[in-house]
Amino acid sequence: MQTLTRFLGNPVALIGLSLFLLVAAMALSAGSLFPNDPLDLAGRPLQWPLGNPRFWLGTDVQGRDIAAVIFHGARVSLLIGVVATLISMTIGVLIGALAGYYGGLIDEMLMRLTEAFQTLPNFLLLLVLVAVFGSDIKTVTIAIGLVSWPASARLTRAEFLTLRSREFVEACRTIGMRDIQIIFREILPNAMPPVIVYASVVMAIAILLESALAFLNLSDPNVPSWGNLIGGGRAVLRTQWYVSAIPGVAILMTVLAVSLIGQGLNDALNPRLKRR
Amino acid sequence: MSGPLAISGLTVSLPAGADRPFALSDVSIDLRRGEIHCLIGESGSGKSMIANAILGLLPENVRISAGDIRFEDRSLLTLDDREMRKIRGARIGMIFQEPMTALNPLRTIGDQIGEMFQTHTALDRATIRVRVRSLLSDVRIARPEEIERAYPHELSGGQRQRAMIAMALALEPAVLIADEPTTALDVTTQAQILALVRDLQARKGASVLFITHDFGVVAEIADRVTVLQNGRVVEHGVRDQLLNHPSEPYTRELIAAVPSYLPPPSIVEQAEQILTISHVSKTYRRFGLLQRSRRTTQALSDVSTSLTKGTTLGIVGESGSGKSTLARCIVRLVDPDAGVIRLRDADLTAMSRRDLRAQSRHIQMVFQDPYGSLNPRRTAGELVTQGLIIHGMPGPQARAEAKEMFAVVGLDPQAMDRYPHEFSGGQRQRIGLARALALRPDVLVADEPVSALDVSVQAQILRLLADLRKRFGLSMIFITHDLRVAAQICDRVAVMKNGEIVEHGATAKVFASPEHDYTKLLLRSIPGQRWVPPSAGAYLAATAS
Amino acid sequence: MRFFLFAVRRLAASVPTLLLVLAGLFMLLQFAPGDTVDALVAQMGGGDSAMMDQLRKYYGLDATATVQLIRYLTRLVRLDLGFSAIYGKPVIDVILERLPTTLLLMASALSFAFAGGLALGVVAARRVNQWPDGVISTIGAIFYATPAFWLGLMGIIIFAVNLHWLPAGGIEEIGTGYTGLRRAVDIVWHLALPTATLGLIFLATYLRIMRASMLEVMTLDFVRTARAKGLAQGTVLRRHVLRNALLPMVTLVGLQAGTMLGGSVVVESVFALPGLGRLAYEAVVQRDLNTLLGIVFVSALLVICVNFLVDILYARLDPRIAN
Repeated sequence: MQTLTRFLGNPVALIGLSLFLLVAAMALSAGSLFPNDPLDLAGRPLQWPLGNPRFWLGTDVQGRDIAAVIFHGARVSLLIGVVATLISMTIGVLIGALAGYYGGLIDEMLMRLTEAFQTLPNFLLLLVLVAVFGSDIKTVTIAIGLVSWPASARLTRAEFLTLRSREFVEACRTIGMRDIQIIFREILPNAMPPVIVYASVVMAIAILLESALAFLNLSDPNVPSWGNLIGGGRAVLRTQWYVSAIPGVAILMTVLAVSLIGQGLNDALNPRLKRR
Repeated sequence: MSGPLAISGLTVSLPAGADRPFALSDVSIDLRRGEIHCLIGESGSGKSMIANAILGLLPENVRISAGDIRFEDRSLLTLDDREMRKIRGARIGMIFQEPMTALNPLRTIGDQIGEMFQTHTALDRATIRVRVRSLLSDVRIARPEEIERAYPHELSGGQRQRAMIAMALALEPAVLIADEPTTALDVTTQAQILALVRDLQARKGASVLFITHDFGVVAEIADRVTVLQNGRVVEHGVRDQLLNHPSEPYTRELIAAVPSYLPPPSIVEQAEQILTISHVSKTYRRFGLLQRSRRTTQALSDVSTSLTKGTTLGIVGESGSGKSTLARCIVRLVDPDAGVIRLRDADLTAMSRRDLRAQSRHIQMVFQDPYGSLNPRRTAGELVTQGLIIHGMPGPQARAEAKEMFAVVGLDPQAMDRYPHEFSGGQRQRIGLARALALRPDVLVADEPVSALDVSVQAQILRLLADLRKRFGLSMIFITHDLRVAAQICDRVAVMKNGEIVEHGATAKVFASPEHDYTKLLLRSIPGQRWVPPSAGAYLAATAS
Repeated sequence: MRFFLFAVRRLAASVPTLLLVLAGLFMLLQFAPGDTVDALVAQMGGGDSAMMDQLRKYYGLDATATVQLIRYLTRLVRLDLGFSAIYGKPVIDVILERLPTTLLLMASALSFAFAGGLALGVVAARRVNQWPDGVISTIGAIFYATPAFWLGLMGIIIFAVNLHWLPAGGIEEIGTGYTGLRRAVDIVWHLALPTATLGLIFLATYLRIMRASMLEVMTLDFVRTARAKGLAQGTVLRRHVLRNALLPMVTLVGLQAGTMLGGSVVVESVFALPGLGRLAYEAVVQRDLNTLLGIVFVSALLVICVNFLVDILYARLDPRIAN
């Protein structure tokens, strides 16, 4: 496939891909490298990285092995990122497709709904959802998905509006195709490239949102989370700053990876628009 | 003798990976003082590349690898950017093809024309404004003071192009390069702009290099002509000589492909009216919650006409005439507000969606844009079998049918598994035809099916359409803005303006003795109508049988 | 004048949206486990059910959800956002106390992000594919991926703890009684790090959009016309490309208004700034749902206002819209 070769030839995409594989490797090997529950007490608290050969990234305020939390946290972050993105994109694409294809009253109503969601700062809405439904990890993931759909709806709608007036769609209607088939089997595959690229943005945002929530101690405390570590390290910021610094690097790496892959996808799918 | 501009042996190379190594190969063109020199070629001939090369505006990865461009006895290729800038606009002016996009939408017309003076002269603002206004009157724009303050989107296509011409001529350049300036305009507007160019050239004495793909335009305004094919000069000479006695085979082929102006012999008509359109109206209303944001456009008003079985009805009009809307009403892509459309006895306008879908196999449509009318993610074969499968034919049988259709429209049946982007424009239109005809419709609506194609390909597709019509006993509605094409293939013709049919009748009669003023205007505006292409007779003979 | 009316019409069109939002949220909050009275009682250290019933009646929490919604919406029109049981003050007062800080933070962060993103985007587009572009784009990508709260903490470590250049938190030095210019300087000093933190994250987005927009506009036809007129590259960029490329940026400001408000929650928490964001956090933790709802309402209003201003600005820049 031409797209694949273009993608793999792009240095930006390759960097993103390698970072992502690194994080994925961390997630997959967490179970074997750190078989115990990462949230259990593992050793003396607040040991510096590389000070004790057993804890190469040191221990935090509660004596947890930071490296264990980082590795297990990779699983959590990736999982939340993927699931929340799937939820968000499914809702967003569905709403955007229907609004863009049918236009008129349906479009007007769906856009009002989308606007309503977009008027609220998404983090605030997330706070409200967490306040109402609790901090369980499943709830948080669903909440993040629910908060992120408007932008993908807007994007899908824009694509559908353009494609709907293309002659090949008119041709499908003249040969007697039903609407559902046109929307999902003819238009959607053509609308997907920018939507897929946007999925990477959604995933990046999802990971950042979850970590912010965890930082504020509003996420699931029973799940190893990078944001949680950072929040816990605030108390000892002046002296053992590494407790907050290290997980942040992990978040940065993961989000950067996802973001660069998205950029690479964009360049690969739109060679015409690539910087000349 | 050296005129103001002389191109000799110009070779422009393309980067690796392009479809050919050279955009232009050993091209020599001599522009004489005070002449209009037409450069004619199809798409891919490199004609636009020449305009860019002269002004030094080639894209980054495209280089001039050999040859010279001399302007007023200086070689342009040796000048640095600063010196080129002094020449651009001031000594060599340029007019582009798409006036809508060639003007900055965020600046007023007066501002953009005035920029010419700002850049090249030291005149003060007040003087510049006076000059701008007089320029606008020179190009015959009504109410120059208003236009000066207006933005591009507030002007019509013709007005925008006049403004561009004013801009190009502001500093009285010695050479004017016009890159297909009338291609995007209506026929009547095109006639006005061509007359303007000729008039201004005579008055200001500029030498004009006029790039076009239309031989009619060449016949209308050229003094001398150069023909380009695939980056090479094929032939050049004085206009009359070249048009009436072309020496090179390619030139002859191109000229033969120009649809002649003479209508086909009339066909004996059968009595049956297979399609009747009665009092159809359509108004577009923009949906807005508040009163003021609603905008209404009357696309069709009280249109009535009919199609006799086995004939071709041409619907001719310029942009905004409503012809496309009518086409879409017939195939029910758009619902008319009022009126009745009958296919034989069935009232299409009164049918439910489900019945319409069943009826759809009797009326099919061929579209204008060879690039947009095929789903890029489906193979050519799938595109043709889709319709058959929807109407109940089992898969393998549909494929066999599709294979047959491919052969009928002149495509290799082995190509069924290829994707649209692997085909040329003409071949894609053939796929579109195969798709429409696979369902064996009674009526075929063709919405400008050849407008986006090169002249030589156009002729092939028109011939194909004539063949198919005979073979399948089709009745056809042929929408076009090009009267020449209508003359070629339509038995009866209906002329539309502003949503109404202003005249209709047998093609021969309408063309020979038009009654309505607008029809007369349209016929007068055809460029080069006094010229009859030399092989028109042979062409007609070939298609008449 | 025409586009002013146009913008006002758009504003009026967002009123139903706002009502939809609030009604939805109000109904949502009915599902919340525990209400204001539970929180109050927890604060007081416990109470019997009779007292709780009385309190509920006092606060009107015993009526049905629909009745409460209607009551709430009617009070809303008079800008009466209810009573904060936790702070012991009307919600509107609590919010108005915190609003200036948040507005100040957001305005400075937005200005910094927009101006910086614009400048860097133009430079990157001008030198596309050369080293300035590479460096700027890389730095942009990194900041885009950085969590705001972490950046703030790192900023505190470097600039406050180690270098002692900037304060580690708060909006001003307490207890010093500064007034006038001295006080303003003090506030600016305290806002420097939070503004930089919030601003840098959004700068990355603006930078990317500006660069892409410039590159896109540079391929448009009228740029070729400008060059054919003999204008120098710099003039072409300044007079023709820039204004056209600015349009998506302006739209972006409107779209990102909500996200920036969300970002302020976290940044205010990190830097202990007495703003709306931190108030929202406290309201969630202390289950002061009245206040939370009030903050959401005010935020939505803010976003609508920003979008209104953006619409006007856009209509001024683009003459095609005003019709």
